Amino acid sequence: MTGPLDYLKETASQTAGPYVHIGLAPGAAGFDIYREELGWDIAGPDPKGQRIRVEGLVIDGMGSPVKDVLLEAWQANADGIYAHPEGGGAVEDGFRGWGRVITDFDTGEWGFDTVKPGPVRSRVKLASGVSERVSAADPDWQGRMESHAPMAPHINLWIVARGINLGLNTRMYFDDEAEANAADPVLNLIEWKQRRATLIARRDGDRDGVPVYRFDIRLQGDAETVFFDV
Amino acid sequence: MKPAEYYQRDRSRHPPALTPGYKTSVARSPRYSLIALQQSLSEITGPVFGHDDIDPIDNDLIQNYAKEADPVGERIIIHGRVLDENAQPVPDTLVEIWQANASGRYRHKKDTYLGALDPNFGGCGRTLSDESGYYVFRTIKPGAYPWRNTINSWRPAHIHLSVFGRSFSQRLITQLYFEGDPLIPLCPIVNTIPDPDAIDRLIARLDMNATVPLDSIAYRFDIVLRGRRSTLFENRLEGN
Ligand SMILES: [Fe+3]
Repeated sequence: MTGPLDYLKETASQTAGPYVHIGLAPGAAGFDIYREELGWDIAGPDPKGQRIRVEGLVIDGMGSPVKDVLLEAWQANADGIYAHPEGGGAVEDGFRGWGRVITDFDTGEWGFDTVKPGPVRSRVKLASGVSERVSAADPDWQGRMESHAPMAPHINLWIVARGINLGLNTRMYFDDEAEANAADPVLNLIEWKQRRATLIARRDGDRDGVPVYRFDIRLQGDAETVFFDV
Repeated sequence: MKPAEYYQRDRSRHPPALTPGYKTSVARSPRYSLIALQQSLSEITGPVFGHDDIDPIDNDLIQNYAKEADPVGERIIIHGRVLDENAQPVPDTLVEIWQANASGRYRHKKDTYLGALDPNFGGCGRTLSDESGYYVFRTIKPGAYPWRNTINSWRPAHIHLSVFGRSFSQRLITQLYFEGDPLIPLCPIVNTIPDPDAIDRLIARLDMNATVPLDSIAYRFDIVLRGRRSTLFENRLEGN
């Protein structure tokens, strides 16, 4: 007889429901309660890099905009560093890299202001000193290092709404980074080349001197956005 | 410790995307398979929150919106620990909740249920877990409410929870229910979860030891986030 391993099991997900705003964006639900809501300022007051705006719709299987979505964005700064103890270094003051937006109740449009992230190294880095030891022991090490190509600039997105039982993870890349996108290890994981296009935001002119990128997310249909099991 | 991935999500414990008994899921569920992604820096990192982000009163829903009096309803405490699948505490993580009032009515411009609004109840709260992963909220027990799914669908009393953990891959939103509620087995949203044990873990337990005598009754609810590998070996990853 083998006994069970003593791991716990992750708590099951449930839909965020139609009133997610009360908890995560109460101002949108129609009332003020907190000193400050979280997630409205992704990049802080003085970020490095190019300021951008990102806009889009989330579209359901009937082709209709979903009007009660909440999206969260998670991104690196212009140097490709995440604001996290393991994020690869220090970031500028006030840069959090995380944001939360909701869709307009009438149109379903969402949008946020941020900066364009830099390329991010794809795999976690070995502790200092380990790479030298490994490379001495393993003649193929250089090949492996090359396979750890940096990821093209991208913003990680997490989507919850009424009718979505478990938050959906996707990524947004930029159409003016064609070369980096072609080498991106995650885009290249997607076997169906035409589906890679669902992750690439389209540069849609400028507004007030700030580039605007358009990124529509399709929950179903021929052009269903790629969602990841992370 | 060297950065490492989080355990694969056990999707048999979670609702699938398409659950026709919960009708809204039909048009909002992806139909293609998810693409399995070996975690990179983008997934093993996530936002960090601190005590500057929130105020101490934010976890007290009895007081954080009260204008002239306390809100109406059964005074309760919800408390527990945020743990990971290795049974380790998850400290300093942001826990946010939202809920209907004692009448089953949400303070939301889209909620038109005829249950009365309570002028002293907002219905949201937030806190950071402490160094042992412990969190606590004081609130009012929410009422059940009807919703448009089948002709006569009612939600059991529930509180919505949002939890971050340390990485974006641990991000989770769920709902807690209350021990003994006869509406739980009837609920189409509860029943999106295929595993009876996973449902059972969403039911907060009456906890008489944590009550405040002559004041508030208590329920215990532990939250488990994905655990993390701690191997020292780096493997070669397909596609990377
Ligand atoms: Fe609800």
